[in-house]
Amino acid sequence: MAQRTVSVTSEVGLHARPAAMFVQTAVKAPYDVTVAKAGGSPVSAKSILSVLALDVRQGESIVISAEGDGAEELLDELAQIAAAAS
Amino acid sequence: MTPGDENGAGSSAGTGSLAGTSLAGTGVSPGAGYGPAHVLAGEIPEPDKEARHDGDAAAERARAERAVEEVAADLEARGARAGGEAQEVLGAQALMARDPSLAAEVGELIERGVAAPRAVFDAFGKYRDLLAAAGGYLAERVTDLDDIRDRVIAVLTGLPMPGVPARADEPFVLVAKDLAPADTALLSKDVVAAFVTEQGGPTSHTAILARSMGVPAVVGCAGATAIAPGTSVLVDGASGQVLLAPDPARVAAARAAEEARRAVLSAATGPGATADGHPVPLLANIGGPRDLDSALANGAEGVGLYRTEFLFLDRETAPSASEQEEAYRAVFEAFPQGRVVVRTLDSGADKPLAFLPPPEEEPNPALGERGLRMFRRYPEIMTAQLGALARAAAGVSAEVQVMAPMVATVEEAEWFADACRTAGLDGAGVMIEVPSAALRAADLIRVAGFFSIGTNDLTQYALAADRQVSAVAGLQDPWHPAVLDLIATAASAASAAGKGCGVCGEAAADPVLACVLVGMGITSLSMGAPALPWVRAALSRHTLAQCRDAAAAARSVTSARAAKAAAYAELPGLEALAL
Repeated sequence: MAQRTVSVTSEVGLHARPAAMFVQTAVKAPYDVTVAKAGGSPVSAKSILSVLALDVRQGESIVISAEGDGAEELLDELAQIAAAAS
Repeated sequence: MTPGDENGAGSSAGTGSLAGTSLAGTGVSPGAGYGPAHVLAGEIPEPDKEARHDGDAAAERARAERAVEEVAADLEARGARAGGEAQEVLGAQALMARDPSLAAEVGELIERGVAAPRAVFDAFGKYRDLLAAAGGYLAERVTDLDDIRDRVIAVLTGLPMPGVPARADEPFVLVAKDLAPADTALLSKDVVAAFVTEQGGPTSHTAILARSMGVPAVVGCAGATAIAPGTSVLVDGASGQVLLAPDPARVAAARAAEEARRAVLSAATGPGATADGHPVPLLANIGGPRDLDSALANGAEGVGLYRTEFLFLDRETAPSASEQEEAYRAVFEAFPQGRVVVRTLDSGADKPLAFLPPPEEEPNPALGERGLRMFRRYPEIMTAQLGALARAAAGVSAEVQVMAPMVATVEEAEWFADACRTAGLDGAGVMIEVPSAALRAADLIRVAGFFSIGTNDLTQYALAADRQVSAVAGLQDPWHPAVLDLIATAASAASAAGKGCGVCGEAAADPVLACVLVGMGITSLSMGAPALPWVRAALSRHTLAQCRDAAAAARSVTSARAAKAAAYAELPGLEALAL
């Protein structure tokens, strides 16, 4: 299984626009994609409500996991969104 | 559908007993608005807890999925039509509606026999609780989630969709408990004469929207949704008064006042000065970037009081350094040639902040830890604010000045000037609000770059009359000769040191008192933007000598009322202004 650990740099955390972009990217995958706070239990990265409810703030780390064709590329894309500054 | 369709001749019949009744709320967008009330459809009732479907779970699931998709597509379509920020907000709502976890939850409940509307209600309920418990930004998303839930249930049960008509024959007054972004995205000034909501404060969605549309609005208006649809309503977005079925004379008067205001606004131009050319910069009091349009429209030459605490109010954590910097820069950039005087965080007393709790219960908050005293208790907040101000001031051409509220002693003024200097902000000033500061102004001006007199607090402390106790409101009069003496003392001390002394309280907004203040040596006047044209006109009709005579006359008598009358007698130009 592919995995990435990223620190969320956006000032609003993984909320608002970054959260929407993150979820819109994850739903494109035909397999499960999960996201968890470091040490927490994973939720579906395709569920905006679950992602918001994680309440990831600026500076916190998240672990993104997926398994399937192109999972590495997808995780890179998701990591980039999570680590983007805006 | 137009508001009139629902209630026929409601405005003339049936509401007779309401005639002249008034409701009160908080005015958050000034102006007068008049029209029939359109009361937003009530809440969608909670679906029956025991409701079961007929056994065909697959069909019921398909029905639920179709309803969700219909709502999501409608939200997206509304967003596409509205564009801009509304499109983003509605797009995020559509994303929530299509949430796969939510759909799985709904499907599971239906498999267990629960009817679709109840399944939707319960599935949303789970996430609703999660978000509400998180507080802050997430709790605010609960309104969005409830709105989606109600729309889906409306589709499933055939109830009318909650929402606002996008067109009307005559602009209506939109009355609601509170408004969701989906309700308001397509509204325009042609459709809405005014907003009235039961909930919400000055920073609510409704307030922000109303100000950006230039439509009068009153929020926090108890009992508003009990107004019968179609009742004619007169809304005063400044005072917060909502008048039901007003008599035509009242409506005509409100409209005339509105027109007179516009005429004065357009006639008054140019920088502030007396008739003989003595310049008196006229500045605006603002709470943030949102007040800039009004300040510029009214010809402000700069900002004399930027109340930074508005950035901090109604939130659970302090705004970040970059959020502060952005707000400050927006204000500085609005006055490339002007001056912007920033008051550092003034919390405590009537403006408590959730994240800066007072250390103990104060029996008399106005005499407790507030203003600079509170700022000194929380040095990290202070460092962050001064740093953000210094960074925002660095790249702009406006003359940025920083001042501290509630300074009582020379030691405090020195401490503040040092803190500002460390942050890279030179020439920090102090507000004169405490009588001790006015009485020893000659000492204070040695360590302060300038003075700005806050007449509201100065009056409260000079006459020992709490601003929040209406029984002593009679003493809260800046015309009192004792207050005038304190102002004159501070102004002379500043003038002797070759430094400026402005006034930024309500007193500066009184065109008559403004002349007296100039006569006492006040060098700039800062006020709520709507008062600027009046003060500009009053000053332009009198010479500096006349202002000095008026000041001397006002200080020669023994009461506030006599002081005003004495000043009036020295200012002949006021009559032409009908003041």
